[in-house]
Amino acid sequence: MSHEHQYSNWQLIKDGLFKENTIFRLAISLCPAIAVTNGLKNGVYMGLAVMFVQVMVNVTVSSIKNFLNPLVRIPVFMLIISGWVSVTDMVMAAYARDVYRQMGLYIQLIVAFASILVMAEMFASKNKVVPSFFNGLGSGLGFMVALVVISFFRELLGRGSLWGFEIAGGSKPLLIMLLPTGGFFAVGILMGFFNWIDIRFYGGKGAGGASGH
Amino acid sequence: MEAVKKEHELIVSVSPHVRSEESVSRIMWTVNISLLPALIAGIYFFGPKAAYVTAISIISAVMSEWGVQKMTGRRSAIGDGSAVLTGLLLGMNLPATAPFYIPIIGSLVAIAVTKQLFGGLGFNVFNPALIGRAFVLITWPRAMTTWMEPTAAFVGLDAKTTATPLGLLKEEGLHKLLEVFGSKASLYTELFLGHRAGSLGETSAIALLIGAAFLLYKRYITWHIPLTFLGTVAVVAWVFGGKTPETGKFLLFAGDPILHLLSGGLILGAFFMATDYVTVPSVRAGQILFGVGCGLITMLIRLKGGYPEGVMFAILLMNCFTPIIDRNLKTKLFGKKKEKGK
Repeated sequence: MSHEHQYSNWQLIKDGLFKENTIFRLAISLCPAIAVTNGLKNGVYMGLAVMFVQVMVNVTVSSIKNFLNPLVRIPVFMLIISGWVSVTDMVMAAYARDVYRQMGLYIQLIVAFASILVMAEMFASKNKVVPSFFNGLGSGLGFMVALVVISFFRELLGRGSLWGFEIAGGSKPLLIMLLPTGGFFAVGILMGFFNWIDIRFYGGKGAGGASGH
Repeated sequence: MEAVKKEHELIVSVSPHVRSEESVSRIMWTVNISLLPALIAGIYFFGPKAAYVTAISIISAVMSEWGVQKMTGRRSAIGDGSAVLTGLLLGMNLPATAPFYIPIIGSLVAIAVTKQLFGGLGFNVFNPALIGRAFVLITWPRAMTTWMEPTAAFVGLDAKTTATPLGLLKEEGLHKLLEVFGSKASLYTELFLGHRAGSLGETSAIALLIGAAFLLYKRYITWHIPLTFLGTVAVVAWVFGGKTPETGKFLLFAGDPILHLLSGGLILGAFFMATDYVTVPSVRAGQILFGVGCGLITMLIRLKGGYPEGVMFAILLMNCFTPIIDRNLKTKLFGKKKEKGK
Protein backbone atom coordinates (compact mmCIF):
# COMPACT_ATOMS: atom_id res chain seq x y z
CA MET A 1 0.00 0.00 0.00
CA SER A 2 1.46 3.35 -1.03
CA HIS A 3 1.44 6.40 1.19
CA GLU A 4 -1.09 8.15 -0.98
CA HIS A 5 -4.23 6.17 -1.50
CA GLN A 6 -5.60 6.16 -5.03
CA TYR A 7 -8.90 4.49 -4.33
CA SER A 8 -12.32 5.91 -3.70
CA ASN A 9 -13.99 5.12 -0.40
CA TRP A 10 -16.40 2.80 -2.15
CA GLN A 11 -13.46 0.97 -3.69
CA LEU A 12 -11.94 0.49 -0.22
CA ILE A 13 -15.10 -1.14 1.07
CA LYS A 14 -15.36 -3.35 -2.00
CA ASP A 15 -11.73 -4.45 -1.68
CA GLY A 16 -12.27 -5.37 1.96
CA LEU A 17 -15.29 -7.41 1.02
CA PHE A 18 -13.91 -9.29 -1.96
CA LYS A 19 -10.39 -8.66 -3.18
CA GLU A 20 -8.81 -8.51 0.27
CA ASN A 21 -11.36 -10.49 2.21
CA THR A 22 -9.69 -11.36 5.51
CA ILE A 23 -10.78 -14.98 5.62
CA PHE A 24 -11.26 -16.10 2.05
CA ARG A 25 -8.53 -14.12 0.30
CA LEU A 26 -5.86 -13.23 2.86
CA ALA A 27 -6.55 -16.32 5.00
CA ILE A 28 -5.69 -14.56 8.26
CA SER A 29 -7.68 -14.69 11.52
CA LEU A 30 -8.82 -18.20 10.67
CA CYS A 31 -8.98 -19.15 14.36
CA PRO A 32 -12.25 -17.30 15.06
CA ALA A 33 -13.57 -18.34 11.65
CA ILE A 34 -13.47 -21.91 12.92
CA ALA A 35 -13.93 -21.49 16.66
CA VAL A 36 -17.08 -19.37 16.90
CA THR A 37 -18.91 -20.19 13.68
CA ASN A 38 -20.98 -23.16 14.81
CA GLY A 39 -24.06 -20.97 14.98
CA LEU A 40 -25.30 -18.10 12.85
CA LYS A 41 -25.93 -15.93 15.91
CA ASN A 42 -22.35 -16.28 17.13
CA GLY A 43 -21.04 -15.53 13.66
CA VAL A 44 -23.03 -12.32 13.35
CA TYR A 45 -22.11 -11.04 16.82
CA MET A 46 -18.45 -11.89 16.37
CA GLY A 47 -18.45 -10.19 12.98
CA LEU A 48 -20.04 -7.06 14.43
CA ALA A 49 -17.55 -6.96 17.29
CA VAL A 50 -14.57 -7.32 14.97
CA MET A 51 -15.93 -4.74 12.56
CA PHE A 52 -16.38 -2.22 15.37
CA VAL A 53 -12.88 -2.82 16.74
CA GLN A 54 -11.37 -2.67 13.27
CA VAL A 55 -12.99 0.65 12.40
CA MET A 56 -12.17 2.29 15.74
CA VAL A 57 -8.58 1.04 15.74
CA ASN A 58 -8.03 2.25 12.19
CA VAL A 59 -9.43 5.69 12.97
CA THR A 60 -7.42 6.00 16.20
CA VAL A 61 -4.16 4.82 14.66
CA SER A 62 -4.61 7.04 11.64
CA SER A 63 -5.30 10.14 13.72
CA ILE A 64 -2.26 9.74 15.97
CA LYS A 65 0.16 8.44 13.34
CA ASN A 66 2.10 11.73 13.15
CA PHE A 67 2.90 11.75 16.86
CA LEU A 68 4.18 8.20 16.84
CA ASN A 69 7.80 7.16 17.04
CA PRO A 70 7.99 4.37 14.40
CA LEU A 71 10.18 2.29 16.74
CA VAL A 72 7.40 1.80 19.26
CA ARG A 73 4.47 1.71 16.88
CA ILE A 74 3.56 -1.97 17.38
CA PRO A 75 3.24 -1.72 21.20
CA VAL A 76 1.18 1.42 20.74
CA PHE A 77 -1.06 -0.35 18.23
CA MET A 78 -1.51 -3.19 20.66
CA LEU A 79 -2.51 -0.75 23.42
CA ILE A 80 -5.06 0.89 21.13
CA ILE A 81 -6.44 -2.46 20.05
CA SER A 82 -6.74 -3.75 23.59
CA GLY A 83 -8.47 -0.54 24.62
CA TRP A 84 -11.14 -0.91 21.97
CA VAL A 85 -11.47 -4.64 22.60
CA SER A 86 -12.11 -3.90 26.29
CA VAL A 87 -14.84 -1.47 25.28
CA THR A 88 -16.44 -4.11 23.02
CA ASP A 89 -16.06 -6.74 25.70
CA MET A 90 -17.79 -4.67 28.34
CA VAL A 91 -20.59 -3.56 26.01
CA MET A 92 -21.29 -7.13 24.96
CA ALA A 93 -21.13 -8.35 28.54
CA ALA A 94 -23.77 -5.79 29.41
CA TYR A 95 -26.16 -6.02 26.48
CA ALA A 96 -25.76 -9.48 24.90
CA ARG A 97 -25.38 -11.74 27.87
CA ASP A 98 -26.26 -15.15 26.45
CA VAL A 99 -24.02 -14.69 23.43
CA TYR A 100 -21.27 -13.31 25.63
CA ARG A 101 -21.44 -16.34 27.89
CA GLN A 102 -20.73 -18.56 24.90
CA MET A 103 -17.96 -16.59 23.26
CA GLY A 104 -16.66 -14.12 25.82
CA LEU A 105 -13.19 -15.58 25.57
CA TYR A 106 -13.09 -15.03 21.83
CA ILE A 107 -14.17 -11.42 22.19
CA GLN A 108 -11.16 -10.85 24.41
CA LEU A 109 -9.03 -12.70 21.91
CA ILE A 110 -9.80 -10.09 19.24
CA VAL A 111 -6.68 -8.39 20.67
CA ALA A 112 -4.60 -11.06 19.01
CA PHE A 113 -6.40 -11.17 15.67
CA ALA A 114 -3.96 -10.77 12.85
CA SER A 115 -6.45 -8.92 10.69
CA ILE A 116 -6.76 -5.97 13.09
CA LEU A 117 -3.04 -5.41 13.46
CA VAL A 118 -2.38 -5.97 9.76
CA MET A 119 -4.87 -3.31 8.70
CA ALA A 120 -3.55 -0.86 11.30
CA GLU A 121 0.04 -1.42 10.22
CA MET A 122 -0.48 -1.69 6.47
CA PHE A 123 -3.11 0.96 5.95
CA ALA A 124 -4.14 3.14 8.86
CA SER A 125 -0.61 4.11 9.91
CA LYS A 126 0.07 5.42 6.39
CA ASN A 127 -3.22 6.97 5.37
CA LYS A 128 -5.56 9.75 6.39
CA VAL A 129 -8.43 9.25 8.76
CA VAL A 130 -11.31 9.00 6.26
CA PRO A 131 -9.79 6.34 4.01
CA SER A 132 -8.66 4.47 7.12
CA PHE A 133 -12.22 4.50 8.35
CA PHE A 134 -13.46 3.02 5.09
CA ASN A 135 -10.64 0.51 4.97
CA GLY A 136 -11.57 -0.66 8.46
CA LEU A 137 -15.23 -0.76 7.52
CA GLY A 138 -14.54 -2.78 4.39
CA SER A 139 -12.22 -5.22 6.06
CA GLY A 140 -14.58 -5.62 9.02
CA LEU A 141 -17.51 -6.14 6.68
CA GLY A 142 -15.55 -8.71 4.73
CA PHE A 143 -14.74 -10.53 7.95
CA MET A 144 -18.35 -10.42 9.05
CA VAL A 145 -19.68 -11.64 5.71
CA ALA A 146 -17.22 -14.51 5.79
CA LEU A 147 -18.23 -15.50 9.31
CA VAL A 148 -21.91 -15.24 8.46
CA VAL A 149 -21.54 -17.44 5.39
CA ILE A 150 -19.48 -20.03 7.25
CA SER A 151 -21.75 -20.13 10.27
CA PHE A 152 -24.85 -20.20 8.05
CA PHE A 153 -23.74 -23.44 6.43
CA ARG A 154 -22.38 -24.93 9.64
CA GLU A 155 -25.53 -24.33 11.66
CA LEU A 156 -27.81 -25.38 8.81
CA LEU A 157 -25.94 -28.63 8.13
CA GLY A 158 -24.84 -29.38 11.67
CA ARG A 159 -28.02 -28.62 13.57
CA GLY A 160 -30.73 -28.21 10.95
CA SER A 161 -31.57 -24.79 12.33
CA LEU A 162 -30.83 -21.11 11.70
CA TRP A 163 -30.44 -18.48 14.42
CA GLY A 164 -31.64 -21.15 16.84
CA PHE A 165 -34.89 -21.84 14.96
CA GLU A 166 -35.50 -25.36 13.79
CA ILE A 167 -36.04 -25.35 10.03
CA ALA A 168 -35.26 -28.90 8.96
CA GLY A 169 -37.13 -30.92 11.53
CA GLY A 170 -36.72 -34.67 11.56
CA SER A 171 -33.61 -34.70 9.39
CA LYS A 172 -30.33 -36.28 10.38
CA PRO A 173 -27.97 -33.34 10.80
CA LEU A 174 -24.26 -33.71 10.10
CA LEU A 175 -22.91 -33.46 13.63
CA ILE A 176 -19.37 -33.14 12.30
CA MET A 177 -20.14 -29.67 10.97
CA LEU A 178 -20.45 -28.37 14.53
CA LEU A 179 -17.04 -29.73 15.50
CA PRO A 180 -13.77 -28.01 14.61
CA THR A 181 -13.31 -30.53 11.80
CA GLY A 182 -16.46 -29.23 10.17
CA GLY A 183 -15.11 -25.69 10.51
CA PHE A 184 -12.07 -26.63 8.47
CA PHE A 185 -14.27 -28.35 5.90
CA ALA A 186 -16.51 -25.29 5.60
CA VAL A 187 -13.67 -22.76 5.40
CA GLY A 188 -11.75 -24.85 2.89
CA ILE A 189 -14.67 -25.51 0.59
CA LEU A 190 -15.93 -21.92 0.72
CA MET A 191 -12.41 -20.61 0.08
CA GLY A 192 -12.23 -22.87 -2.94
CA PHE A 193 -15.61 -21.62 -4.08
CA PHE A 194 -14.53 -17.97 -3.83
CA ASN A 195 -11.33 -18.77 -5.70
CA TRP A 196 -13.42 -20.44 -8.37
CA ILE A 197 -15.56 -17.30 -8.72
CA ASP A 198 -12.42 -15.20 -8.92
CA ILE A 199 -10.84 -17.38 -11.59
CA ARG A 200 -13.99 -18.04 -13.58
CA PHE A 201 -15.57 -14.60 -13.67
CA TYR A 202 -12.83 -12.09 -12.93
CA GLY A 203 -9.86 -13.77 -14.56
CA GLY A 204 -7.90 -13.80 -11.30
CA LYS A 205 -5.52 -16.44 -10.10
CA GLY A 206 -7.15 -17.36 -6.82
CA ALA A 207 -5.58 -17.00 -3.41
CA GLY A 208 -3.35 -19.51 -1.71
CA GLY A 209 -3.46 -18.31 1.87
CA ALA A 210 -1.26 -16.31 4.21
CA SER A 211 1.85 -18.29 3.36
CA GLY A 212 1.12 -18.18 -0.38
CA HIS A 213 2.92 -15.93 -2.78
CA MET B 1 26.97 -32.55 -11.13
CA GLU B 2 24.08 -31.07 -13.01
CA ALA B 3 23.33 -34.38 -14.67
CA VAL B 4 23.35 -36.20 -11.34
CA LYS B 5 20.92 -33.69 -9.97
CA LYS B 6 18.54 -34.12 -12.88
CA GLU B 7 18.60 -37.87 -12.57
CA HIS B 8 18.01 -37.57 -8.87
CA GLU B 9 14.95 -35.50 -9.52
CA LEU B 10 13.63 -38.02 -12.00
CA ILE B 11 13.91 -40.92 -9.57
CA VAL B 12 11.64 -39.40 -6.94
CA SER B 13 8.26 -40.34 -8.30
CA VAL B 14 4.98 -41.46 -6.88
CA SER B 15 4.53 -45.12 -6.22
CA PRO B 16 3.87 -47.76 -7.50
CA HIS B 17 7.32 -48.26 -8.99
CA VAL B 18 6.33 -51.21 -11.07
CA ARG B 19 8.09 -52.03 -14.30
CA SER B 20 5.86 -54.59 -15.93
CA GLU B 21 2.64 -54.90 -17.86
CA GLU B 22 0.74 -54.55 -14.62
CA SER B 23 -1.42 -51.48 -14.75
CA VAL B 24 -3.08 -49.49 -12.02
CA SER B 25 -6.50 -50.64 -13.10
CA ARG B 26 -5.48 -54.31 -13.14
CA ILE B 27 -4.09 -54.02 -9.60
CA MET B 28 -7.21 -52.24 -8.41
CA TRP B 29 -9.53 -54.87 -9.84
CA THR B 30 -7.40 -57.65 -8.36
CA VAL B 31 -7.62 -56.06 -4.93
CA ASN B 32 -11.38 -55.81 -5.42
CA ILE B 33 -11.52 -59.52 -6.17
CA SER B 34 -9.34 -60.36 -3.19
CA LEU B 35 -11.84 -58.60 -0.93
CA LEU B 36 -14.71 -60.75 -2.20
CA PRO B 37 -14.26 -63.65 0.29
CA ALA B 38 -14.57 -61.25 3.21
CA LEU B 39 -17.57 -59.58 1.62
CA ILE B 40 -19.25 -62.94 1.07
CA ALA B 41 -18.52 -63.84 4.70
CA GLY B 42 -20.08 -60.55 5.75
CA ILE B 43 -23.23 -61.21 3.72
CA TYR B 44 -23.33 -64.74 5.13
CA PHE B 45 -23.19 -63.49 8.70
CA PHE B 46 -25.25 -60.32 8.48
CA GLY B 47 -27.71 -61.17 5.73
CA PRO B 48 -28.85 -59.20 2.69
CA LYS B 49 -28.52 -55.93 4.59
CA ALA B 50 -24.74 -56.23 4.28
CA ALA B 51 -24.98 -56.59 0.51
CA TYR B 52 -27.36 -53.65 0.36
CA VAL B 53 -25.03 -51.32 2.33
CA THR B 54 -21.99 -52.34 0.26
CA ALA B 55 -23.87 -51.93 -3.03
CA ILE B 56 -25.04 -48.40 -2.13
CA SER B 57 -21.53 -47.54 -1.08
CA ILE B 58 -19.94 -48.76 -4.32
CA ILE B 59 -22.56 -47.16 -6.55
CA SER B 60 -22.35 -43.78 -4.84
CA ALA B 61 -18.53 -43.90 -4.87
CA VAL B 62 -18.48 -44.53 -8.62
CA MET B 63 -21.10 -41.85 -9.24
CA SER B 64 -19.17 -39.32 -7.11
CA GLU B 65 -16.01 -40.07 -9.05
CA TRP B 66 -17.80 -39.69 -12.37
CA GLY B 67 -19.56 -36.50 -11.26
CA VAL B 68 -16.44 -34.77 -9.97
CA GLN B 69 -14.41 -35.77 -12.99
CA LYS B 70 -17.11 -34.41 -15.27
CA MET B 71 -17.35 -31.16 -13.28
CA THR B 72 -13.60 -30.56 -13.22
CA GLY B 73 -13.13 -31.59 -16.84
CA ARG B 74 -10.78 -34.44 -15.99
CA ARG B 75 -10.70 -37.59 -18.04
CA SER B 76 -13.30 -39.92 -16.64
CA ALA B 77 -11.52 -42.89 -15.10
CA ILE B 78 -14.24 -44.81 -13.31
CA GLY B 79 -13.21 -47.95 -15.17
CA ASP B 80 -9.88 -48.20 -13.36
CA GLY B 81 -11.57 -49.78 -10.37
CA SER B 82 -10.15 -47.41 -7.79
CA ALA B 83 -13.52 -45.82 -7.06
CA VAL B 84 -15.07 -49.27 -6.82
CA LEU B 85 -12.33 -50.26 -4.40
CA THR B 86 -12.91 -47.18 -2.25
CA GLY B 87 -16.64 -47.83 -2.19
CA LEU B 88 -16.12 -51.49 -1.40
CA LEU B 89 -13.69 -50.78 1.44
CA LEU B 90 -15.97 -48.13 2.88
CA GLY B 91 -18.97 -50.43 2.69
CA MET B 92 -17.04 -53.21 4.40
CA ASN B 93 -16.14 -50.80 7.19
CA LEU B 94 -19.76 -49.95 8.00
CA PRO B 95 -22.13 -51.82 10.26
CA ALA B 96 -24.69 -53.84 8.31
CA THR B 97 -27.47 -51.90 10.02
CA ALA B 98 -26.28 -48.55 8.66
CA PRO B 99 -29.15 -46.52 7.19
CA PHE B 100 -28.90 -45.74 3.47
CA TYR B 101 -27.60 -42.18 3.79
CA ILE B 102 -24.47 -43.25 5.65
CA PRO B 103 -22.76 -45.03 2.72
CA ILE B 104 -23.89 -42.26 0.34
CA ILE B 105 -22.41 -39.41 2.38
CA GLY B 106 -19.37 -41.49 3.29
CA SER B 107 -18.59 -42.25 -0.36
CA LEU B 108 -19.14 -38.65 -1.35
CA VAL B 109 -16.66 -37.43 1.26
CA ALA B 110 -14.22 -40.22 0.42
CA ILE B 111 -14.18 -39.60 -3.32
CA ALA B 112 -15.04 -35.94 -3.79
CA VAL B 113 -13.24 -34.39 -0.82
CA THR B 114 -10.44 -36.78 0.07
CA LYS B 115 -9.47 -37.95 -3.40
CA GLN B 116 -10.59 -35.61 -6.17
CA LEU B 117 -10.11 -32.29 -4.36
CA PHE B 118 -6.51 -33.29 -3.72
CA GLY B 119 -5.96 -34.06 -7.39
CA GLY B 120 -7.36 -37.51 -8.07
CA LEU B 121 -5.83 -40.97 -7.90
CA GLY B 122 -2.22 -40.84 -6.76
CA PHE B 123 -2.40 -37.41 -5.14
CA ASN B 124 -4.56 -37.99 -2.09
CA VAL B 125 -2.78 -37.68 1.25
CA PHE B 126 -5.22 -39.81 3.21
CA ASN B 127 -6.87 -43.12 2.54
CA PRO B 128 -10.23 -42.07 1.01
CA ALA B 129 -12.30 -44.94 2.41
CA LEU B 130 -11.03 -44.29 5.92
CA ILE B 131 -11.70 -40.55 5.77
CA GLY B 132 -15.19 -41.38 4.56
CA ARG B 133 -15.64 -43.71 7.49
CA ALA B 134 -14.19 -41.25 10.00
CA PHE B 135 -16.57 -38.60 8.69
CA VAL B 136 -19.67 -40.71 9.12
CA LEU B 137 -18.49 -42.12 12.46
CA ILE B 138 -18.12 -38.62 13.90
CA THR B 139 -21.30 -37.40 12.25
CA TRP B 140 -23.63 -40.24 13.24
CA PRO B 141 -21.91 -41.88 16.21
CA ARG B 142 -25.00 -43.74 17.33
CA ALA B 143 -25.90 -45.32 13.99
CA MET B 144 -22.27 -46.17 13.37
CA THR B 145 -21.84 -48.04 16.65
CA THR B 146 -25.08 -49.99 16.64
CA TRP B 147 -23.84 -53.46 15.89
CA MET B 148 -26.01 -56.31 14.81
CA GLU B 149 -25.68 -59.79 16.22
CA PRO B 150 -24.41 -62.01 13.39
CA THR B 151 -26.86 -64.90 13.56
CA ALA B 152 -29.97 -62.76 13.59
CA ALA B 153 -30.05 -62.66 9.81
CA PHE B 154 -30.80 -66.36 9.44
CA VAL B 155 -33.52 -66.91 11.95
CA GLY B 156 -35.48 -64.13 10.34
CA LEU B 157 -35.99 -62.20 13.54
CA ASP B 158 -35.46 -58.50 13.78
CA ALA B 159 -31.80 -57.67 14.07
CA LYS B 160 -30.68 -57.85 17.66
CA THR B 161 -28.04 -55.32 18.61
CA THR B 162 -25.01 -56.12 20.67
CA ALA B 163 -21.52 -54.84 21.40
CA THR B 164 -18.39 -55.74 19.47
CA PRO B 165 -15.80 -57.90 21.25
CA LEU B 166 -13.52 -54.87 21.64
CA GLY B 167 -16.43 -52.83 22.95
CA LEU B 168 -17.16 -55.51 25.52
CA LEU B 169 -13.50 -55.74 26.43
CA LYS B 170 -13.35 -51.99 26.96
CA GLU B 171 -16.62 -51.57 28.85
CA GLU B 172 -16.90 -54.79 30.83
CA GLY B 173 -13.56 -56.54 30.71
CA LEU B 174 -12.29 -59.93 29.61
CA HIS B 175 -14.48 -61.96 31.95
CA LYS B 176 -17.65 -60.66 30.29
CA LEU B 177 -16.23 -61.53 26.88
CA LEU B 178 -15.53 -65.08 28.02
CA GLU B 179 -19.02 -65.28 29.48
CA VAL B 180 -20.57 -64.34 26.12
CA PHE B 181 -18.43 -66.62 23.98
CA GLY B 182 -18.09 -69.51 26.43
CA SER B 183 -14.48 -70.58 26.65
CA LYS B 184 -11.30 -69.00 25.41
CA ALA B 185 -10.98 -71.57 22.63
CA SER B 186 -14.46 -70.87 21.33
CA LEU B 187 -13.77 -67.13 21.56
CA TYR B 188 -10.74 -67.52 19.29
CA THR B 189 -12.63 -69.79 16.88
CA GLU B 190 -15.58 -67.45 16.59
CA LEU B 191 -13.28 -64.49 16.06
CA PHE B 192 -11.26 -66.36 13.46
CA LEU B 193 -14.33 -67.42 11.50
CA GLY B 194 -15.99 -64.06 11.87
CA HIS B 195 -19.03 -65.01 13.90
CA ARG B 196 -19.13 -61.80 15.92
CA ALA B 197 -20.55 -58.31 15.84
CA GLY B 198 -18.65 -55.67 13.94
CA SER B 199 -18.38 -53.86 10.64
CA LEU B 200 -19.72 -56.10 7.93
CA GLY B 201 -16.43 -56.83 6.18
CA GLU B 202 -14.02 -56.88 9.09
CA THR B 203 -15.29 -59.82 11.11
CA SER B 204 -14.04 -62.88 9.27
CA ALA B 205 -10.31 -63.19 9.80
CA ILE B 206 -10.03 -66.32 7.66
CA ALA B 207 -11.78 -64.78 4.64
CA LEU B 208 -9.62 -61.66 4.88
CA LEU B 209 -6.47 -63.74 5.18
CA ILE B 210 -7.38 -65.72 2.05
CA GLY B 211 -7.66 -62.45 0.11
CA ALA B 212 -4.45 -61.13 1.65
CA ALA B 213 -2.58 -64.33 0.81
CA PHE B 214 -3.69 -63.97 -2.79
CA LEU B 215 -2.38 -60.39 -2.90
CA LEU B 216 0.90 -61.43 -1.29
CA TYR B 217 1.24 -64.26 -3.81
CA LYS B 218 0.62 -61.86 -6.69
CA ARG B 219 3.14 -59.52 -5.02
CA TYR B 220 0.72 -56.60 -5.11
CA ILE B 221 1.43 -56.05 -1.44
CA THR B 222 4.55 -56.86 0.53
CA TRP B 223 4.81 -58.23 4.05
CA HIS B 224 6.51 -55.14 5.47
CA ILE B 225 3.54 -53.06 6.60
CA PRO B 226 1.03 -55.78 7.55
CA LEU B 227 3.54 -57.86 9.48
CA THR B 228 5.06 -54.98 11.44
CA PHE B 229 1.58 -53.58 12.08
CA LEU B 230 0.24 -56.89 13.41
CA GLY B 231 3.50 -57.63 15.24
CA THR B 232 3.50 -54.32 17.05
CA VAL B 233 -0.13 -54.78 18.07
CA ALA B 234 0.61 -58.28 19.35
CA VAL B 235 3.66 -57.21 21.35
CA VAL B 236 1.98 -54.17 22.88
CA ALA B 237 -1.14 -56.19 23.67
CA TRP B 238 0.94 -58.86 25.35
CA VAL B 239 3.06 -56.43 27.38
CA PHE B 240 0.55 -53.75 28.33
CA GLY B 241 -2.86 -55.29 27.72
CA GLY B 242 -3.02 -57.49 30.78
CA LYS B 243 -4.94 -57.24 34.00
CA THR B 244 -4.96 -59.49 37.02
CA PRO B 245 -8.16 -61.56 36.90
CA GLU B 246 -9.13 -60.98 40.54
CA THR B 247 -8.51 -57.31 41.18
CA GLY B 248 -8.52 -55.95 37.64
CA LYS B 249 -5.25 -54.18 38.27
CA PHE B 250 -2.71 -53.51 35.57
CA LEU B 251 -0.26 -56.37 35.08
CA LEU B 252 2.74 -56.48 32.75
CA PHE B 253 3.25 -59.34 30.26
CA ALA B 254 -0.21 -60.79 30.81
CA GLY B 255 -2.16 -59.49 27.84
CA ASP B 256 -3.93 -61.52 25.21
CA PRO B 257 -2.31 -60.82 21.82
CA ILE B 258 -4.49 -63.28 19.87
CA LEU B 259 -7.68 -61.58 21.01
CA HIS B 260 -6.35 -58.20 19.93
CA LEU B 261 -5.09 -59.54 16.61
CA LEU B 262 -8.38 -61.15 15.64
CA SER B 263 -10.81 -58.48 16.79
CA GLY B 264 -11.71 -55.10 15.42
CA GLY B 265 -10.75 -54.03 11.94
CA LEU B 266 -7.10 -54.89 12.40
CA ILE B 267 -6.69 -57.54 9.70
CA LEU B 268 -8.75 -55.63 7.16
CA GLY B 269 -6.83 -52.46 7.98
CA ALA B 270 -3.37 -53.99 8.04
CA PHE B 271 -3.63 -55.94 4.78
CA PHE B 272 -5.95 -53.83 2.66
CA MET B 273 -5.79 -50.24 3.87
CA ALA B 274 -2.35 -49.75 5.35
CA THR B 275 -0.98 -51.10 2.06
CA ASP B 276 -2.66 -48.56 -0.21
CA TYR B 277 0.07 -47.57 -2.69
CA VAL B 278 -0.76 -43.89 -2.65
CA THR B 279 -0.90 -43.05 1.02
CA VAL B 280 1.88 -45.14 2.55
CA PRO B 281 5.68 -44.83 2.24
CA SER B 282 7.24 -46.47 -0.80
CA VAL B 283 10.62 -47.04 0.90
CA ARG B 284 11.01 -50.40 2.64
CA ALA B 285 12.45 -48.96 5.88
CA GLY B 286 9.70 -46.36 5.83
CA GLN B 287 7.07 -49.04 5.44
CA ILE B 288 8.38 -50.80 8.53
CA LEU B 289 8.30 -47.54 10.45
CA PHE B 290 4.78 -46.95 9.16
CA GLY B 291 3.61 -50.37 10.31
CA VAL B 292 5.13 -49.97 13.76
CA GLY B 293 3.58 -46.52 14.13
CA CYS B 294 0.17 -47.83 13.09
CA GLY B 295 0.42 -50.63 15.63
CA LEU B 296 1.45 -48.32 18.45
CA ILE B 297 -1.35 -45.82 17.79
CA THR B 298 -3.91 -48.59 17.43
CA MET B 299 -3.00 -50.08 20.78
CA LEU B 300 -2.80 -46.68 22.43
CA ILE B 301 -6.39 -45.99 21.38
CA ARG B 302 -7.60 -49.50 22.22
CA LEU B 303 -6.08 -49.53 25.70
CA LYS B 304 -6.24 -45.89 26.73
CA GLY B 305 -8.44 -44.00 24.28
CA GLY B 306 -12.13 -43.22 24.25
CA TYR B 307 -12.96 -45.41 21.25
CA PRO B 308 -12.85 -49.21 21.53
CA GLU B 309 -11.13 -49.50 18.13
CA GLY B 310 -8.23 -47.46 16.81
CA VAL B 311 -7.12 -48.99 13.50
CA MET B 312 -8.83 -46.33 11.40
CA PHE B 313 -7.36 -43.37 13.27
CA ALA B 314 -3.96 -45.07 13.45
CA ILE B 315 -3.74 -45.47 9.68
CA LEU B 316 -5.02 -41.94 9.05
CA LEU B 317 -2.54 -40.44 11.52
CA MET B 318 0.33 -42.37 10.01
CA ASN B 319 -0.79 -41.24 6.53
CA CYS B 320 0.13 -37.73 7.68
CA PHE B 321 3.70 -38.90 8.25
CA THR B 322 4.09 -40.62 4.88
CA PRO B 323 5.65 -37.67 3.05
CA ILE B 324 8.15 -36.97 5.82
CA ILE B 325 9.05 -40.67 6.14
CA ASP B 326 9.56 -40.98 2.40
CA ARG B 327 11.65 -37.86 2.22
CA ASN B 328 13.99 -38.81 5.04
CA LEU B 329 14.42 -42.50 4.38
CA LYS B 330 14.71 -42.56 0.62
CA THR B 331 17.69 -44.40 -0.74
CA LYS B 332 20.90 -42.40 -0.76
CA LEU B 333 22.39 -41.86 -4.17
CA PHE B 334 25.77 -43.51 -4.43
CA GLY B 335 28.55 -40.99 -4.86
CA LYS B 336 26.33 -37.98 -4.34
CA LYS B 337 27.88 -35.24 -2.28
CA LYS B 338 26.15 -34.39 0.93
CA GLU B 339 24.40 -31.08 0.63
CA LYS B 340 25.42 -28.38 3.03
CA GLY B 341 23.29 -27.81 6.07
CA LYS B 342 21.73 -31.24 6.09
